[in-house]
Amino acid sequence: MAEERRQKQCSVSLPTESMKAMAESVGVGQLQEESCAALSEEVSYRIKEIAQDALKFMRHGKRRKLTTNDIDNALKLKNVEPLYGFQSQEFIPFRFASGGGRELYFYEEKEVDLSDIINTPLPRVPLDVSLKAHWLSIEGVQPSIPENPPPAPKEQQKVESTEPLKVVKPGQEEEGTIQGKSQGATPADGKGKDKGLIRLKPRSTHELSVEQQLYYKEITEACVGSCEAKRAEALQSIATDPGLYQMLPRFSTFISEGVRVNVVQNNLALLIYLMRMVKALMDNPTLYLEKYLHELIPAVVTCIVSKQLCLRPDVDNHWALRDFAARLMAQSCKTFSTTTNNIQSRITKTFTKSWLDDKTQWTTRYGCIAGLAELGPDVIKTLILPRLTVEGARIKAVMEGPVVSNIDKIGADHVQSLLLKHCASVIAKIRPQPDNMEQYRTDYGYLGPMLCSHVMKARTQAALQAQQVNRTTLTITQPRPTLTVSQSGLSGSAGSRTPSIIKVPSSLTLMTPRPGTPSQPSPPATKYIVMATSAGASSTQQVITLSSSQSASPVTSTVPSATSTLQPLVKLESGSGPGLTSSRPMQKYIVVSLPSSASSSLETKSSVLPTSISTTPLEAAMKLDRSESPGASTQSPH
Amino acid sequence: MAAVQGGLADTNEEKDIKTEPSSDGFGNNNANDGRVLSTSPGSSASAGINKSATGAPEDQQTLLAVLQFLRKNKLTESVEILRREAGLPEDSPELKGSDSSGAGSGGAAGSGDKEGGDASSLLSRVTISSSANLATTVTSSVTAAGEDQPDVNVVLSAYNQQGDPPLYQVYYSGLKKFIESVLDCHRAELSQLFYPLFVHMYLELVYNNHESEAKAFFEKFSGDQECYYEDDLRVLSSLSKREHMRGNETLMDFRTSKFVLRISRDSYQLLKRHLQERQNNQIWNIIQEHLYIDIFDGMPRSKGQIDAMSGSLAGEGKREANKAKVYYGLLKEPEIELPLDDEDEEAENEEGKPKKKKPKKDSMGSKSKKQDPNAPSQTRIPLPELKDSDKLDKIMYMKEATKRIRLGPDNLPSICFYSFLNAYQGLTAVDFTDDSSLIAGGFADSTVRVWSVTPKKLRKVKSAADLNLIDKESDDVLERIMDEKTASESKILYGHSGPVYGISFSPDRNYLLSSSEDGTVRLWSLQTFTCLVGYKGHNYPVWDTHFSPHGYYFVSGGHDRVARLWATDHYQPLRMFSGHLADVTCTRFHPNSNYVATGSSDRTIRLWDVLNGNCVRIFTGHKGPIHALAFSPNGKFLASGATDGRVLLWDIGHGLMIGELKGHTDTIYSLRFSRDGEILASGSMDNTVRLWDAMKAFDDLETDDFTAATGHVHLQDNSQELLLGTYMSKSTPVIHLHFTRRNLLLATGAYNP
Repeated sequence: MAEERRQKQCSVSLPTESMKAMAESVGVGQLQEESCAALSEEVSYRIKEIAQDALKFMRHGKRRKLTTNDIDNALKLKNVEPLYGFQSQEFIPFRFASGGGRELYFYEEKEVDLSDIINTPLPRVPLDVSLKAHWLSIEGVQPSIPENPPPAPKEQQKVESTEPLKVVKPGQEEEGTIQGKSQGATPADGKGKDKGLIRLKPRSTHELSVEQQLYYKEITEACVGSCEAKRAEALQSIATDPGLYQMLPRFSTFISEGVRVNVVQNNLALLIYLMRMVKALMDNPTLYLEKYLHELIPAVVTCIVSKQLCLRPDVDNHWALRDFAARLMAQSCKTFSTTTNNIQSRITKTFTKSWLDDKTQWTTRYGCIAGLAELGPDVIKTLILPRLTVEGARIKAVMEGPVVSNIDKIGADHVQSLLLKHCASVIAKIRPQPDNMEQYRTDYGYLGPMLCSHVMKARTQAALQAQQVNRTTLTITQPRPTLTVSQSGLSGSAGSRTPSIIKVPSSLTLMTPRPGTPSQPSPPATKYIVMATSAGASSTQQVITLSSSQSASPVTSTVPSATSTLQPLVKLESGSGPGLTSSRPMQKYIVVSLPSSASSSLETKSSVLPTSISTTPLEAAMKLDRSESPGASTQSPH
Repeated sequence: MAAVQGGLADTNEEKDIKTEPSSDGFGNNNANDGRVLSTSPGSSASAGINKSATGAPEDQQTLLAVLQFLRKNKLTESVEILRREAGLPEDSPELKGSDSSGAGSGGAAGSGDKEGGDASSLLSRVTISSSANLATTVTSSVTAAGEDQPDVNVVLSAYNQQGDPPLYQVYYSGLKKFIESVLDCHRAELSQLFYPLFVHMYLELVYNNHESEAKAFFEKFSGDQECYYEDDLRVLSSLSKREHMRGNETLMDFRTSKFVLRISRDSYQLLKRHLQERQNNQIWNIIQEHLYIDIFDGMPRSKGQIDAMSGSLAGEGKREANKAKVYYGLLKEPEIELPLDDEDEEAENEEGKPKKKKPKKDSMGSKSKKQDPNAPSQTRIPLPELKDSDKLDKIMYMKEATKRIRLGPDNLPSICFYSFLNAYQGLTAVDFTDDSSLIAGGFADSTVRVWSVTPKKLRKVKSAADLNLIDKESDDVLERIMDEKTASESKILYGHSGPVYGISFSPDRNYLLSSSEDGTVRLWSLQTFTCLVGYKGHNYPVWDTHFSPHGYYFVSGGHDRVARLWATDHYQPLRMFSGHLADVTCTRFHPNSNYVATGSSDRTIRLWDVLNGNCVRIFTGHKGPIHALAFSPNGKFLASGATDGRVLLWDIGHGLMIGELKGHTDTIYSLRFSRDGEILASGSMDNTVRLWDAMKAFDDLETDDFTAATGHVHLQDNSQELLLGTYMSKSTPVIHLHFTRRNLLLATGAYNP
C-alpha cells in the first residue's frame, strides 16, 4: 500500500488545463501544449517545495493544521512576496463550479454592501489570552475534574462492552489499561508474562471513589427531590458531564428500580422525573448507553403503556408522560436500533400486539398508539391508518354508547385527538387533494369527518409555511459574508463568538405541531445558528437553528399537522417530503422566537443553545398538565 | 553578568576559525557545508583557504597532481586559479580579476548559468577521465575554494558520468538480488546500501536528463526503501528535472556529504567481491564517491541494531566522530556563605545549575572538594562571577531543595497544567523561570507575553527622572526603584515581526530571550520590560534559543542550519556551529555550560564544544526532525524527542544510544528530567504527558560493557516497563514541561477547542 501511495506522490502534478486557464487569466492565449506540460511540472515542483517549507512552520508553530500564514512564511523564505487576502474565516474558501464539461474551483468574492457593513455592530473584541491552572495529576492519579478529559472515551466504552473477551499477550495488557492505571489501579507488572496467551476478561473496577459516591447521591436526590432548580442543575450535569460512565450502571438501576416501584404506587411526578433522567442520559454525548438498554427500555415502555400511572386517572395528566416517554422511546429506537438488537421492530411488535387486544384499556391503548406514532410517518402509514376504522368504531361506542364510566370517556377522547393529530399530517401527504367529507367517512369510518377537517387545516398550514419558509431560506442559505458559521462541535464556544446579524421577517413566527420534540442527538451534520433581530421592534428576537444533513436541499415544502392555536413559540418544520421514505426528517428549521419579556425562553435543540430557563417548579408541573407542552418543560433543564 | 573579560571572545574567535573546518567527522566535506550554509562569507572562505594550505601533506600532493593534470590539458587559467586559491607559490595576482568563464574551475561560483554549464561539462570530462578518487578531490577542493555560494553545477557534476540509463534498473536489481541471496547475517548490513544507492542513482538519472528512466526507476524501487526515509523520498519524487536540482536543499545535503554506513569487514569483502566479479563499475563508482563505508571488525550487526541507528539524512555518525573526550561532569559549585541561615549547612551548591540533586548529595556527603574526573576545569570557559543576588538565589534554591520530594516509580510527581486559553492556535513557545515564578509565552502574532504565576505582580522600574528622586542609600532601594503603578499580572513585549518560535529566561530572571521567524534573537529586560538587544545573524527563521545555565552565553539555531553561540554583550556570535545538513530545530546548553546540543531536521543530534567549536558527538537514530532535547541533571545523559514520537536516550561520555522510549503517537515537543534525574517527563502533540523511569533506563545499560566497546547498541524493547504514567489533557498539546525546585511538574499548552 505504501508503494501505491508513493507512486501516486511521484506522479501528481497540475493538469495542463490549469496552466492554460491561468495563462488566459493573465492575458496569454494560445499556450502550446509542450509549454503547458513544462510549466505544469515546474509549477508543481515549486508548489511542493513551498508546501514542504510550510510544513516546517506548522511544526514549529506546534499545530496540526497548516495555515495560510505558514504558506506566507514559506514564500518569504524563498524571497517571494506572500499572497495577500487569504485570511478567510472559513477554512477552505473555495467554491466548486462545473459546466461545459469543465470543473473548477474558484475563490468566491461577493459584492458586499457597504451600508450593511457600516450598520452591523462591531463584533466583540476576541478574548485575550489567559492562563488557567489545574491538576493534571496528583501523585500519579488523574483527578476527574472538568478540565481533564473523561476517563474513558465513548469508543473505549464501546470496545469494552462489545469485546469482553480479548487475547492478552504479555506486555500488551498495560497498553490497554493505561487509562485504568492512571486511575489508580495497581499496575499489573509482568503478571501476564509467564501465562502466555490467555483469554481474559479485562478487569473492570466497580468501585466508586468517595467523590463519585457523593456525586451520585446528590444527583439522584436532586433528580427526584422537590426543588426544581436543583433538579434542573442535576439533569444538566447528567446531560453534559463527561466522566459519568463509571456511574452509569448505578443510574440505570436507579431508574429501572424507581419506575418499578413508582408505577405500583402510581406516583406520577416521580415517574416524570425518572423519564427526564433517561432523557438527560441519552443527551450525554460521552456515554455509551447500549450496555444498559435492557434496563432502560422496559422502564420507558412501562411509562408508555402502563394501565395506571397516577392516583386519579380522571384528573391527572398522565397522557403527557406517555407522550414524553413515547418520544424517548422513538429517540432510542433511532439511536440504538441495529440489525443485531432490532429494537425498533421488537418495540413495534409489542405495541401493536397490545393495541390489537380488545381487552386493552384506553390508557394502554393511548400509550401504544403514541409509541407507534412517534416512530414516524412510515409506521403511522402502515400500522395505524389501516386500523382507523376499527378504532373509530370503538371510540364511537364509548362516546355515543349509553353507560360508560367517565374514565373510559376521557380515555377515548384522548385516543381520538391523538389519532387525529398524528394521522392528519400523514394523510395530507399521501391522499390526493380534494378532501371529501363523505369519502373520508367511507374510508375511515367514525373518525372520517374529523380527520377531513384536520387534514384540510394541515394543508393550508403547509402552504402557508412553504411560502414563508421559502422566503426565509433565501436569506439563510445565501452565504453572506456576514454570516458566521459555527460548527456543531463548537457549541461551547459559540457563546464567545459573536453571532452576526441577519434580518428575517418578523412575521415568521409560527406555531408548533410538536413543541420541542426531544430530537435525536444532533447528527454530525453541520448546524447553523443564526441570531436575528427584527429591524424595528427591538423586543422580539429570533433564533434560527438550521441543521442540515448531507443530502438535503435547503428548500422544504411540507406541513406539520397544525394543531390548535397556541401562543406561537416554536416552529418546527420537518422536511421529509411525501416522496421520502426515510423516517427521519432530512432537514429542519426551527425558529424560536423569544418573547420580549424574556422571562422564559424555549430550547429547541438538545444542547445547541444553552438557554437558561426560569420556570418555577410550579410552572413546570403545570406545564406538564397542559397536554401540548410536556416537551417544553422536560427540556427546560438544559 | 557582564563581568567576563573582554579578551575571551576574541581569542576564541580566532580558534573558531582555525578549528571549524575539522569540526565534524566528515572530513573535507565539512568545508563544503560551511560554504553552503555560512552566511558570513569572509570567515568561512578564509577557513577554506587555511585548510587547503595548512592541510595534511597528502592534500597538497593531490593538489599538485591536479595541477599537473590541468597543465597537461592546457587549462592554464584553471591552473592559475587553483593555485591562487590553494595558496601555493607562483601566485599571479593579475589573474585575480579575470572572470573564469570557460575555465571550468570552481572560481566560476555564482557566475551565470551558461558559464556554469560549460564549467561543469568541462569538469565532468575531468571527472570521467580521472580516477574516482581524484575526481572527488577535485570537486571538493574546487568547491572549497569557491565562494560562499556553492556552484551547483560543480557540485552536481559528479553525477555526470554517463552510464547506460536503462541499465540502471538492471544494476540495482542485480545488487538487490545479490543482497537478498547472501547469508542472513550479512543481509541486514548490506541492505543499508539500498537507500543511498537508490538516491544517488536516481539523482544521476535526473541530472543527465533521463527523466522517464528516472521516474521508472523511482517507481520501481522506492517501495523497497525503509519507511523512515519516506519524507526524503517525497522530496526526491518531486524532483524530476535537472533544473530543480539547483537550490534543492535535500539534494545538496546528499551531494555535499557522504552517506555514512557502518559495515563489518566480512560483509564489505563480500560486497566488494561481488561487484568486482560482475564488473559492476557503476555501483562501485557510486560507492566510492558518495558513500563512506565505516568498516569495523567483528560480528555483523543485526537488523534491529542497524535500524536503531539509521534514519538520519546522511547515514550514521562515524565511529571516530564520537571518540572525542567530553567533559560531561558538573562544575564544582562555588562556596557560598549562608549569612542568613543559622544552621550552617555547608554551602555547597552547584552554581546556576538548578537541576541536580544527586551530584550535590555526593559532594555534600563527602565534603571533599575533589574534582570530578569527568568535569571540565572550572576555567575552561570563562563564566560570569556570581553577584550577591545570585548568591541569594542559590540559598533560596538550597532551601527549596531540602524540601524536595524524592521521586521514583512509586512516588510519581503531581502535575499542574497551565492551559493557555483563547490562544487561537497561536501559542508557539513557552518557558518557565527556574524558580517557577514566571511564565513566558511566544505567540504567532509576534508578541511575547510574560505572566507572573505567584501573587507577586510584575512591575517596571521607574523612569530615569523618577529614579533620580529616590534615596539611593536606603536599604530597600531595590524595592523603591519599582513603579507600583505598572504592577500587573502579565506584560506584553512587542518587537518581533514574525512568530516567536523560541523563548528562554536567563537564570537570574533579569532577562528573557526570544527568537523569531524574522531572523532575530531579542534580549528583553524583565526589569523595564523593554527590548535591550536584537541579535542579527541568522537571516532566516530562528527556531530555538536557550540561555546557558550560568547566564551570559546563549545559543540559537535556525533555518540557516547553523547554531550560533552568543554572549549577551556581543552583537556578533562568538561561535558558529555548522555541520547540520538541515534546519537546527532545537538547542540546549549542557548543565556545565561547556557544551551545546543541537537537534536538527536532518534527524541527527550534535554536541558541540563551546571552547573550540568542535562537534564532539553525532547521534543518529531518530526518524524525524528533532524537536526536544534534555540533559540529565548530572550531565551524563541526553534525551531527545522527535516527530516520530520516540524518545531516545544517549550516553554522552561513551557516545552511545542507550534507550528508546516508545509510546507517544505524535511529535514530542518537550522533555524534562526531574531535579534528581529519576523521572523523565515527555510532553507531546498527542495531548499527553508521559512519565518514564529514567533511573531504570540508565541502570539497565550501564552494566553492559560490550556495547561500550563496540559502539553497537542492542536495545531491548522495554518502553512499557519504563512508562510510569500517561496523563491525557483535554485537547491541549503539551508544549513545555518544567520541574519546580521541589519536583512538582508543570506542564503547559494551548487549549484547542
